[in-house]
Amino acid sequence: MTEVTMTVNGKSVRRAVRGNELLVEFLREQLRLTGTHVGCDTSQCGACCVHVNGELVKACSMFAAEAEGAEVTTIEGVANADGSLNVIQQAFQDHHGLQCGFCTPGMVMSAASLLKENPKPTEAEVRHWLQGNICRCTGYHNIVKAIMAASGQDVATVAAE
Amino acid sequence: MPKDHGIGASTKRREDVRFLTGAGNYTDDVNVWGQAYVAFVRSDVAHGTLNGVDTAEAEAMPGVIRVFTGKDFEGVGSIPCGWQITDRHGEPMKEPPHPVLAQGKVRHVGDPIAAVVAESLQEARDAADAVVADISDLPAVVDMKQAVASSDTLVHDDLGTNLCYDWGFVEENREAVDKAIQEAAHVTTLELVNNRLVANPMEPRVAVGDYSRADDMSTLYTTSQNPHVIRLLMGAFVLGIPEHKLRVVAPDVGGGFGTKIFHYAEEAFCTFAARQIKRPVKWTSTRGEAFMSDAHGRDHVTKIELAMDAENNFTALRTETYANMGAYLSTFAPSVPTWLHGTLMAGNYKTPLIYVNVKAVFTNTVPVDAYRGAGRPEATYQLERVIDKAARERGVDPMALRRQNFITEFPYATPVAVEYDTGDYNATLDKLEEIADLAGFDKRRAESEAKGKLRGLGINCYIEACGIAPSNLVGQLGARAGLYESATVRVNATGSISVMTGSHSHGQGHETSFPQVVAEMLGIPEDQVDIVHGDTANTPMGMGTYGSRSIAVGGSAMVRATEKIINKAKKIAAHLMEAAEADIELKDGAFSVAGTDKSVAWGDVCLAAYVPHNYPLEDIEPGLEETAFYDPSNFTYPSGAYCCEVEVDPETGHVTVERFAAADDFGNVINPMIVEGQVHGGVAQGIGQALLENCVYDETGQLLSASYMDYAMPRADNVPMVTVDHSCQTPCTHNPLGVKGCGEAGAIGSPPSVINAVIDALHSGGFTHVTHIDMPATPNRVWAAMQG
Repeated sequence: MTEVTMTVNGKSVRRAVRGNELLVEFLREQLRLTGTHVGCDTSQCGACCVHVNGELVKACSMFAAEAEGAEVTTIEGVANADGSLNVIQQAFQDHHGLQCGFCTPGMVMSAASLLKENPKPTEAEVRHWLQGNICRCTGYHNIVKAIMAASGQDVATVAAE
Repeated sequence: MPKDHGIGASTKRREDVRFLTGAGNYTDDVNVWGQAYVAFVRSDVAHGTLNGVDTAEAEAMPGVIRVFTGKDFEGVGSIPCGWQITDRHGEPMKEPPHPVLAQGKVRHVGDPIAAVVAESLQEARDAADAVVADISDLPAVVDMKQAVASSDTLVHDDLGTNLCYDWGFVEENREAVDKAIQEAAHVTTLELVNNRLVANPMEPRVAVGDYSRADDMSTLYTTSQNPHVIRLLMGAFVLGIPEHKLRVVAPDVGGGFGTKIFHYAEEAFCTFAARQIKRPVKWTSTRGEAFMSDAHGRDHVTKIELAMDAENNFTALRTETYANMGAYLSTFAPSVPTWLHGTLMAGNYKTPLIYVNVKAVFTNTVPVDAYRGAGRPEATYQLERVIDKAARERGVDPMALRRQNFITEFPYATPVAVEYDTGDYNATLDKLEEIADLAGFDKRRAESEAKGKLRGLGINCYIEACGIAPSNLVGQLGARAGLYESATVRVNATGSISVMTGSHSHGQGHETSFPQVVAEMLGIPEDQVDIVHGDTANTPMGMGTYGSRSIAVGGSAMVRATEKIINKAKKIAAHLMEAAEADIELKDGAFSVAGTDKSVAWGDVCLAAYVPHNYPLEDIEPGLEETAFYDPSNFTYPSGAYCCEVEVDPETGHVTVERFAAADDFGNVINPMIVEGQVHGGVAQGIGQALLENCVYDETGQLLSASYMDYAMPRADNVPMVTVDHSCQTPCTHNPLGVKGCGEAGAIGSPPSVINAVIDALHSGGFTHVTHIDMPATPNRVWAAMQG
């Protein structure tokens, strides 16, 4: 076991971890931050997306020990300070961008990284970016709409109703 | 002006807030104090004799609590099948046992052989690697036609055959159909494969078994679409635990699509093991395990023949289908290729004579059962493909051919045993022409051709039977369960309401749409109504959510219970206002006396029911809580017309979906936003089936597509925006809401239009020798077809 210290959603945490303990296992099992989900075992589905030092990371593709000293943000840490939904979360609700909700935390974290890099993405750019996040419920239609709406674009003109 | 609340309003989903903030409570988020972890040892060969299992080394490893094998389950029941089919000759289907852990033989890659229970998941997995299964390989049965043609290799030796049943429907029509086809002016024949799919809800299956010595109570937390069904099947048939000592909880469930209907061995194992070791036992499927243990879908091989007279009127239809059951009979597997498929072969058309033959076959593959649409996509695909082929052969417009043969008068009794109550197939096709902008297709084709691409247009119609199902009817057809639904409406003392339903929401938004109905009936705000679901301890016995049944059957139960509430509340209000009950009106959350200004608020009536100081105790009981069980008198019949436009790159055979439009008739709609979302998702799954997804076994029974690197799930850049319309509404005539259900339509209606479009594109490029390409129409297959 190795001691690891990191900041998760603004709070400093220190825990003993196994050498092969994945960041997603650490978040879910040790910190009980169960909003980060595991949907596959080949780093394909994106349900475990979090931010590590501001970068989008699939938390199944990184050991907890590798996050020593890092700033980690999970879905539990992205709402507004007053607890209300942030712009992206709110857009997902407004545009019905989620159904069963299982892929949703990863989608929201991924979308935040996209908009940081590309504040006004086209529909094609959103779709290309989301290649690493699989949703089985929505057909992506309303996810794409929600992300474009969160970027301040008028989605009535880009998406058929 | 769209409504902003109640029935017909696009109310935003209340459940979204917890899902968007990481506060959802999925089964893998459930941890019970003191829990142990399970790792299954699964067969890595498709077929073999299991000579023995050596667990000694595993049992000695750190953290191991116990290793279970098939021997531990010798006195335990078999995983049951919930539907018995009677074959053409009046004989019951072959029904082999399905042990929780393999006994004597392994029958598919992934068949569980042993299970290690340990203090940690890591220790369980490490020890599972040390379990040695002594297996003598046997040849595998993979191809269905070979499996039936030869009995040299049997999946189940005792059965003497790999044929589960040979079903004919309607058997009495057989000779007349044969004669009509023989005498037809034209017969179009098509042989096709409906590809095997894996449902792949994003949440893998999970089971947590718990046992309380204090009250001899077992609790199972599981990823299920129907916790009461699991309690009944597992309690009564597998483990022998009476219902009052067994609680099944399905909390937030991350998608189902059918594959979480069924009772699985892992559920029984965790419940059993928890009782044995007196500790909670948790199993979480990996995605790899999901591919080799979740029931698969589709996998039909079909020959269909459509007969027409000289004027292109359909005169007869004959189909022969091989349907894969896999190695064991999953919960509803036998019903899918029969009653959910044969009864839909009339489609939207007045074909007078139909005969459907289905041979269900055991193979050394994962069991196959219902996947979104279940039988109805298979029926729709073959019918709408053969009609398109017929139109080409006869040189007529495919839409005109459909219109010419549409059923136009309702109710309509088909020759395959069902009666459509309502529909207007011309209306949805008219609507499709408009929303798909068919008038602009030629211009879009010219633009594609200018880029060196071939553009194709494909349309199809569909009908499905939903609102599953009238219990007495399905009982006659072999169902071993009723298919009613239940609701308890509990009005609290200060007027808020909890509705306990046997339906289960795993993405459908019931927590939002069900309150819209109750709130509208009572005239109170939607936020005063909460839905309770997913726990057998606090919901009435109900059959769960599948077959687009929740609003049509579960919603109807809720309406009936709410009507009982209103009737009782009116009696209380009449007493409070000293008026005649017949004069009481309920409007906008208040009871009034007709023709007077007397009124009493909803909340005051509720309070009186629970604080009955001024109350007609001699006439009615205190309290305000009612339960209703609703058993539908017929299926519902959603229908519609879909259009797909594709571009094919003639250099590579790569197909892209450029436009997709769906015009559906769902009858009345409760929440349009949710309904549209259901269609979007269903269409994406249909496009996935048509172009991307394929579950592949090699000839030795090895599963070649067991990860997301091998099984092509639709991703955001594989699907287009989908234009949807549900303004054509012919309300269902036999349920109180006039609703038909919308959950499966997209997946049923979309695959044929995609393939029809691909064929159209190839024909436009001169590749007229291509009359069919099997799904998925991958670049390889399309290119190969083009080369002839």
